[in-house]
Amino acid sequence: MERTWEEINEKIKKGKVVVLTAEEAIALVREKGLKEAAARVDVVTTGTFGTMCSSGAYFNFGHARPRIKMYKVWLNNVPGYAGFAAVDAFLGATQLPEDDPLNSIHPGAFSYGGGHVIHDLVARKPVTLRAIGYGTDCYPRKEIRTVITLDDINQAVLFNPRNAYQNYSVAVNTTNRTIYTYMGVLKPRLGNATYSTSGQLSPLLKDPYLRTVGIGTRIFLGGGVGYVVWQGTQHCPTLKELPDGGKLFSGGTVAVIGDLKKMHPRWLVGVSYIGYGASLAVGLGLPIPILNEEIMYWASRGDEELYAPVIDYGEDYPQGNSRVLGYVTYAQLKSGIIKIEGKEIPTAPLSSYPRAREIALTLKDWITSGRFLLGKPVELLPSIGETPPLKGLQEKAGEEEGEK
Amino acid sequence: MILQRVILRFPAQVVDRPIIYNLIKKYDLVVNILKANINIQKEGTMVLEIQGDPTQYARGLEYLQSLGVSIQPLSQAVFRDEEACTHCGACIGVCPTGALYLERPSMEVKFDENRCVACLICVKVCPYKAMGVVAASNSLAPVD
Repeated sequence: MERTWEEINEKIKKGKVVVLTAEEAIALVREKGLKEAAARVDVVTTGTFGTMCSSGAYFNFGHARPRIKMYKVWLNNVPGYAGFAAVDAFLGATQLPEDDPLNSIHPGAFSYGGGHVIHDLVARKPVTLRAIGYGTDCYPRKEIRTVITLDDINQAVLFNPRNAYQNYSVAVNTTNRTIYTYMGVLKPRLGNATYSTSGQLSPLLKDPYLRTVGIGTRIFLGGGVGYVVWQGTQHCPTLKELPDGGKLFSGGTVAVIGDLKKMHPRWLVGVSYIGYGASLAVGLGLPIPILNEEIMYWASRGDEELYAPVIDYGEDYPQGNSRVLGYVTYAQLKSGIIKIEGKEIPTAPLSSYPRAREIALTLKDWITSGRFLLGKPVELLPSIGETPPLKGLQEKAGEEEGEK
Repeated sequence: MILQRVILRFPAQVVDRPIIYNLIKKYDLVVNILKANINIQKEGTMVLEIQGDPTQYARGLEYLQSLGVSIQPLSQAVFRDEEACTHCGACIGVCPTGALYLERPSMEVKFDENRCVACLICVKVCPYKAMGVVAASNSLAPVD
């Protein structure tokens, strides 16, 4: 059985396409077998909704009279990056106000940051824009303070350098103190475990060799339509064969882009992690074209076949040690209890499985109703073994101060 | 016999009085202190589980109210903003009583107000600020 992108898009246009969510595809393959399921289904949809720190948005605010070249810019008191042309700026999801108390009284609350500004803009709330310039002959103005909404500005583009990590570590804490991490609050002595992947609905985990994902892949992004534009930062897909015969896929990421003006506040939400920082929760869904049986095979793996490594965030992760405490399946994680070092540990997710399911269903609806055609990549992302291993950052003695 | 969980708020002028002692001694109530705190304005807050004869319980509450202590049923102390909650699960591991729990297989976060002891850990931990505290009100009648 072989199927082309073009054939699938023709079927979408004619209203004859068969789309299942990854959950539904798992059930169908179990019931009818791989061969029949692959023959019957054209597209499998996936979804994930969770905190994705490498996210942000860039804007063109329009020119004021007289003109200003924005040297520094703040949106609701959160600094943006203005090192572009006069009235362009980028705002990162984890950026915090300069007067935020941070972790000075630990654990800090981080109640408002870049992710919250993005959410407020998408929710069509008025946002205070302040900028300063240094004054030039062509841009004489030195300061502006105004209120904008998403509709007032020329462009607003969500551009996330790394989203939808293929897989993610399960976080535990082996120390004797409670720790506050981006994986939530972790109680001492393996008191709890957190994980942050939608497992059998997770986009890149359902096409683990990345045979259908690349530059130009059209996706559900933030409630609107977006595109994969590049491999995400730290992209380094790997396959590890586990002692029990299981396969651990991890390391794939995507960089994505989309029109912020067409997104929805339900799917881009500012988040605050006590003791860690602020960020943005992003809803992302990827359609997988069933080009052949092998793609259907991987798209239909269930939680009991998908593994994640368990990592100590008390000592190993912060120190950069590569120790893995064990491997567990998403079925075990979702059951509520995993067993590590002989101890039963209660688990909790950090990414929303109900929202992930809703994204997969929404994408299915968009495709089935002919509103969403698949974007055939102009180039696939590097697959397993096609990227160099990730480098660490080395500390070296620099040149003497003052030397150039 | 009835069993109630309540939040008591003590005005500054009474926090140094042995009020809980009197509640036990004079009204024969069984109390279990789940949480107690005095803030920098010298106002006290206490989360109590009270068990006893209904008549004595009512008289005990009258005694508290006569001292200016406000009484709020615990089941109404903490609320969830259903719009803001995304069912992520960040609260599950830290909720000490299991009042917040995951329903399977839907993986939705459920909130059982009756098991909540108003420790407020979820309020601090929720990334979406979906958990909140109901403001204290003296006019709020105790549950019967």
